[in-house]
This record gives sequence, C-alpha cells and structure tokens, in this order.
Amino acid sequence: MIDLDGLHALVGVLRDRGFCVVGPMRREGAIVYEEIESADELPAGWTEVQEAATYRLERRTDEARFGYPVGPHSWKRYLLPARVRLWQARRRDGGAPEIVEEALPERPFALLGVRPCDLHAIAVQDRIFLEGAYVDRDYAGRREGAFLVAVNCGTPGGTCFCASMGTGPRAESGYDLALTELLEGGHRFLAEAGSERGVEVLADLIGTEVTQADVDAALRVTHDAVEHMGRVLESFDLRDLLARNVNHPRFADAAERCLTCGNCTLVCPTCFCTSVDDVNVLEDGGAERWRRWDSCYSVDYSNIHGGAIRPSSRARYRQWLTHKFGTWVDQFGTSGCVGCGRCITWCPVGIDVTEELTAIRAADGEVDHANA
Amino acid sequence: MQTLDQIVAESPVFAGLEPAQLELIAGCAHNVAFDSGARLFREGEAADTFYLVRRGRIALSAHVPGRGDVTVETIEPGEVLGWSWLFPPYTWHFDARAVEDAGVVAFDGACLRGKCDADHALGYELLSRFAQVAIDRLQQTRTLLLDVYGNGHDN
Amino acid sequence: MATATTTDTPSRGAIIPEPYRVVARAPETADTWTLLLEPLGMSIIPEPGQFNMLYAFGVGEVPISTSAGPEPGGELVHTIRAVGPVTQALCAARPGDVIGVRGPFGTTWPLEEARGGDLVIVAGGIGLAPVRPAVYHALAHRDDYASVTLLVGARTPADLLFVRELEDWRGRFDIDVGVTVDSAVGDWHGRVGVVPRLIPGAAFDPASTTALVVGPEIMMTFTARALLERGIASDKIYVSMERNMRCGVGHCGHCQLGPVLICRDGPVFRYDEMQQLMEVREL
Repeated sequence: MIDLDGLHALVGVLRDRGFCVVGPMRREGAIVYEEIESADELPAGWTEVQEAATYRLERRTDEARFGYPVGPHSWKRYLLPARVRLWQARRRDGGAPEIVEEALPERPFALLGVRPCDLHAIAVQDRIFLEGAYVDRDYAGRREGAFLVAVNCGTPGGTCFCASMGTGPRAESGYDLALTELLEGGHRFLAEAGSERGVEVLADLIGTEVTQADVDAALRVTHDAVEHMGRVLESFDLRDLLARNVNHPRFADAAERCLTCGNCTLVCPTCFCTSVDDVNVLEDGGAERWRRWDSCYSVDYSNIHGGAIRPSSRARYRQWLTHKFGTWVDQFGTSGCVGCGRCITWCPVGIDVTEELTAIRAADGEVDHANA
Repeated sequence: MQTLDQIVAESPVFAGLEPAQLELIAGCAHNVAFDSGARLFREGEAADTFYLVRRGRIALSAHVPGRGDVTVETIEPGEVLGWSWLFPPYTWHFDARAVEDAGVVAFDGACLRGKCDADHALGYELLSRFAQVAIDRLQQTRTLLLDVYGNGHDN
Repeated sequence: MATATTTDTPSRGAIIPEPYRVVARAPETADTWTLLLEPLGMSIIPEPGQFNMLYAFGVGEVPISTSAGPEPGGELVHTIRAVGPVTQALCAARPGDVIGVRGPFGTTWPLEEARGGDLVIVAGGIGLAPVRPAVYHALAHRDDYASVTLLVGARTPADLLFVRELEDWRGRFDIDVGVTVDSAVGDWHGRVGVVPRLIPGAAFDPASTTALVVGPEIMMTFTARALLERGIASDKIYVSMERNMRCGVGHCGHCQLGPVLICRDGPVFRYDEMQQLMEVREL
C-alpha cells in the first residue's frame, strides 16, 4: 500500500530511471495524456461527465487523483504517434540512395494511469504490429521499453461498457504496476506488480503491507464499477451477427446521422489505420517517408484506380462498425473494441455503437433492399 | 460433308423444332462462300437473309467518320448472324464482312417471313429463338458498355 | 506481454525499400511499360502471383505484381500501367535510374495444386501481366499439366499486352490461345466480343480444370460465372483481388476486403471464398 507521497515518489523513481512519464492532466477542459514531471499535475478532484456527444469536467467532492474514466486521448498517441517520420533517403551519385531510419525516442515512456480497457487496447495493437508476419519497428521500439502503470477503474463513465467487452474495470495482466485508488481510511493506493520491472520499482517505494481489508476494499471498488457501467452490450457473437447482416438497414439509418467526420477513429484506442506520405526534400535532393493516422471514413481511403470503393457514407459507417466488432476477429483474432466508450462520447451527433449493434441484433436478418 | 438438312437439324438455334419445320427451313437454305474481305451486307440494306457461320469469321462493324470501320462484334463458326430479318423495319443495322475466307449457310429470310405470317406456330418458334439471339447480343453489348478496361470513370 | 524485438538492423526488403536499378524499359501499349530491374543490394524474389511495392523516389509507392520470373540473377520484371503520379514516375524511369522495391508480398497462383489436371488462364486488360508468370511456369513444366488454355481480353487490339509472346504461344501445339477485344478499328482479323464468350468453345475438361482469372472485378465476376456454367467447381477457380494498398505488410488497414487483408491473405484467392464478398456493394 502506498499513500500520496508514495505516488509522488513513484513518478520520481520512474523519472530517475530515465522514463518520460506520461500521465493524465487537465487541459483545455479535458483530461488528456501529456508528459508530467510530478504527481502534482494529476487532475486531483476532477471527474468527467460523459454521455453521447457530451463531455465535460466536473469537480468531485474528494481529491481523487484518478477519479474519471478516459478522456479523448489514448495511449496510441505515444505508441503509434499521429505523425512520425519513418526514414530519410539521400541520393548518392549514380548509386542507390542511402536510407536512414528514424531514431526512436530518446527516453522510453512510462504510461501512468492506463485504464484496463486501454491495457487491452494496447494488447490489441500489439497483435497487429508485433505478432504478425512483420514487426513495425517504430511501434516495437516504443512498446518494448514502455513501463505501464495501470489504474483500476472506480469511476466508470456514462458511455463505458468495458464489463460487457470483458476488458475491465479491473486490470488482470499486461501491466508492470497496477494501482487501485482507495479513499476510505486515508487516501491510499493498492499497488500490485505485474512484471519483474514492476517488482523492482515497487521495491524503491516506501509503503505498508497490504491487509485483507485493503484487498477487499480494492475489489469493492471495481465491483461497484461493474454495477455503474454507462452502457451494456451483448457481445458474445458479434462477429457472426455482423457477418450475416452485411446489408442490414441499420447502416443506412446510421448514415443519415453520421457526418463521416472520423472523430471515432481518432479517439478509438485500437483504430490503427495509417497512411504514408512520400515527400521530396528540395534543399538536398533527398526524400522522406512519413507515416500519419488515416481514417476509413475519408472517401479516398478506399481509392483504387477508377475511384473509391466506398463512396457512400453508409458503406463507410458499415466498414468501421463491422471491422471493429466483426472482421477484426477474422483478421487479427481478437475483437477491435475494448468498451471504452470514447466513440460514443466524441461523436458530434452521438451515434452509440451499443445502440447500433443492439438494433442490428433486434432485426437480425433484415435486408436493406434499396442499397443491397 | 453434311447436308443442309443435317446442318439445320443439328444447329442449336433450331433445336426442338418439328421435322416438318426443319425440312421447311432447310428448304430455304443454301451454302455460300465468301473470300476474306468480302462484304455480306451493308447497314441500311434490306435484311432478307440470315446466316449460320460454318467456317471463318464475320465482323460486324459501323463506319465512324474519323475512326474508320469500327468492329463491334465478330461471329464465329456455329453462331447465328442476323435477326433483323424477323423484326421491322427488316433492315441491317451494321455492316458485315468476312475477315477470313468464310463458309456460311444463307437462309431466305423474306421467304421464311412469309411462311411465319401464314403459320403462326412456326412464327412463334422462330420469333422466340431469334429473340434469344438478340438478347444474348444485347447482354454482351451492355457488358461492353461497362468499358471494364477503361481508364477510370466519373461515378 | 508482447514479445517485441527492437530491430536495430533495418527491416530490409520488407519495410525499407531495397534499391534496384532499371536495366531496360519496354513499351507494351500507349500507357503500359515493362521494367527490367537489377538488384543493387538484397535480392527480392517473388513467386507467380506475388507483388512488390515499387517506390519512385520522393513520389510514392504502388503495389505491382511480378510479370515474370523468378529470375536466376534476382532481376525483377514488372509491367506497369501509368495511371497516377507514382506509376507515371515509374513508367518514366530510364535505364540507370534507381527505384525502391519492398517485397515479396502476398499469396501465389496455385500452380502446385493444379498439377495433373487442365489449366485454364483467363486474363483481361492489364490482368495478363500478373498471370504471365503462371503461363511461363506451365510451359516450363508442361508435363505437370494436361491441357493448358490461355484466354485473353483487351479493350482494343492496341491495348493487348505481350503481343509477340501471344503470337508465339498461339503457334505452339501445347497451349491453346484465344484472344478477343471489345472493339477494333481497321485491320484486326481476330475476335471482337467479351472474354466470357471464349469459354463455351474452349477445349478443357471442367472436372479436372483449375482456372486462374485476373482482370477488372466485373470481368472476373462474369468470367467466373461462365466457368461455373461450364462445370468448373468454384473452389477450383482463383481470382486476384485488388484494394487500396499502402504498406503491404498488414499494418495500415487499407487493403481490407471484409474479413481478409489483401496484402497478407491475397491477392490470389479461391473464388468460393470471394464470391459472396464480391457480391456486396461497396464492401
């Protein structure tokens, strides 16, 4: 068990060990993930109120450091950055250009405050970038050195449904340290190590022995969280449901609301689509390749010679929903959704995936004849 | 070497007709040979004949000013050439010429038309068969309109 | 936890382009060229059906199938149609120019599985390029197959690829070649009509035939229909699918077609696995 001083010490220990500590802080009306230098920067006493198309911060009656679910940022901001140079190429006279791969960040990341849903999201992206036939060097470099401090959820949000997706509110594995914030009987944190490195870091902190009462209190926190999920989703057979409803009328229905703005793909912690830009560097005749986030909602995402395969917003909404919950399983062996609810919160028109999927299930087998 | 009776009887386009009908049709047929390059008919001419290609290849084309003769379809051995003889205004819609030395069976369409007017049972049989030929050619033409190999399209 | 390995050595050939020098450049049609490339570094050796990502320095990358090989000296042969900035830049490359190559990626034509039976290859337009390696293979291992049939379609006679090779093959006794064009002007004595029309009259035994079909998606659908009508089973027909491709290694998400990634699970697919997907609009 550690107290608030221990939490401060944790940040210090991680920084001393050379990590760039990234954690939650309050900025521009949201709780976002930025580099922090001390635990003072955590959003003490703040919570998020989230609903479809709604996000605002509110003061809590206590000084919880992690009293909110998740904000618009996810950890892909650091593991799969929105824009990163992959390599530079310099022409050499008459020969092959010399290609220099981009250096990895100098300091490895310590991610402080990783929600269980986001832990699963990281694992989902690991599957794509580390466990396929090819390893993404940039992702691997950032990922391998990263130190993950998970924080179990005590305050689920109005759009959360991790319990339905089996991804929370309690972290089971995949972390170096996991904290559960307890506010009764003193402001303390139950800290569990999940790896060798976690054990080492824990050893550097001053704390007290964990009692059975502490364990029970921690379990109560996450147990209560299950009861207060904002959304519920029947998720056991979504892959098959979507595979047999590829021409369901609900997609056209959603398309009447969907702006194809792509917000959902930006905030989703598992959305991973990227594109590459090859650019000339005029000054020295070289070239660079940059990788940037892309979204299946943009019309030219599906361009082949001859035009876009998915010009309609109906087709693009269908692509995102059926990929996230259905074909992701075929392609990568897991679901793409971790139930974090961000897409519901940040959709400007409040499209709710749990509602869409429930509607598809309720009319299983219906065919949109006009568009099929 | 097959007789005209045999050729007519074995031709898919006449399959299912009664022996008397087949005999009547064969009676309107005769063999014709065309040298490579020879013209069978021109667009606009009276369509009083139809053909069964036996040997060689016939090209259907239209003359497009600035482009020359554009071939829109070729008719191969075993295929029927000509349905305009059975549908008003009974004129050819394209030019036809042999692109290789060709042997065809030519049928007197004008005569058969008269027979169809008199015998509606025969008329129905021939009309349905040649409508099918026209349909097959239409479907192919529609597929060609898709211009599948083209350079990218306005949607 | 993930078993990541930080690669200090670049991911050569797959993630970082390998340099290849243009040895020769031959025009095929008004907008299509074949490049012969020699490796300056590592050799990349695609099997029939596979593709490489070709990089025009500072312009971009496109996926292009191999149109020959595997070549003994590691050379690459790619036939490219100039339809956008990258392909235009590649088609403008002159002997001595250096381009980048990543690969080989994707699945191969089922030439092993087709052994012992008839092989039918149907190619439309630029589709003859990715399937030419299969023709080469079949002719080089002629005893592995019973009859070999090649059916080719193009927009006009001027758009036919590899015309001299087609004429050579037509003259051989161990391969049947049928060619048709959508329309023709002037001195064309060949067939005019759609490719599926070549199928009813082709000499192959449907029960023992494996068919390889490449071309625009509609052409593949119509052709597959005609092959099914002749009695070939849908799991013996193979198609080559295409979607927007950015990375070639299964990391960028673009080339999805329903449950598959074309760069990883294709581009060669069995038709029975593709048929229902191809029937869904805007998938």
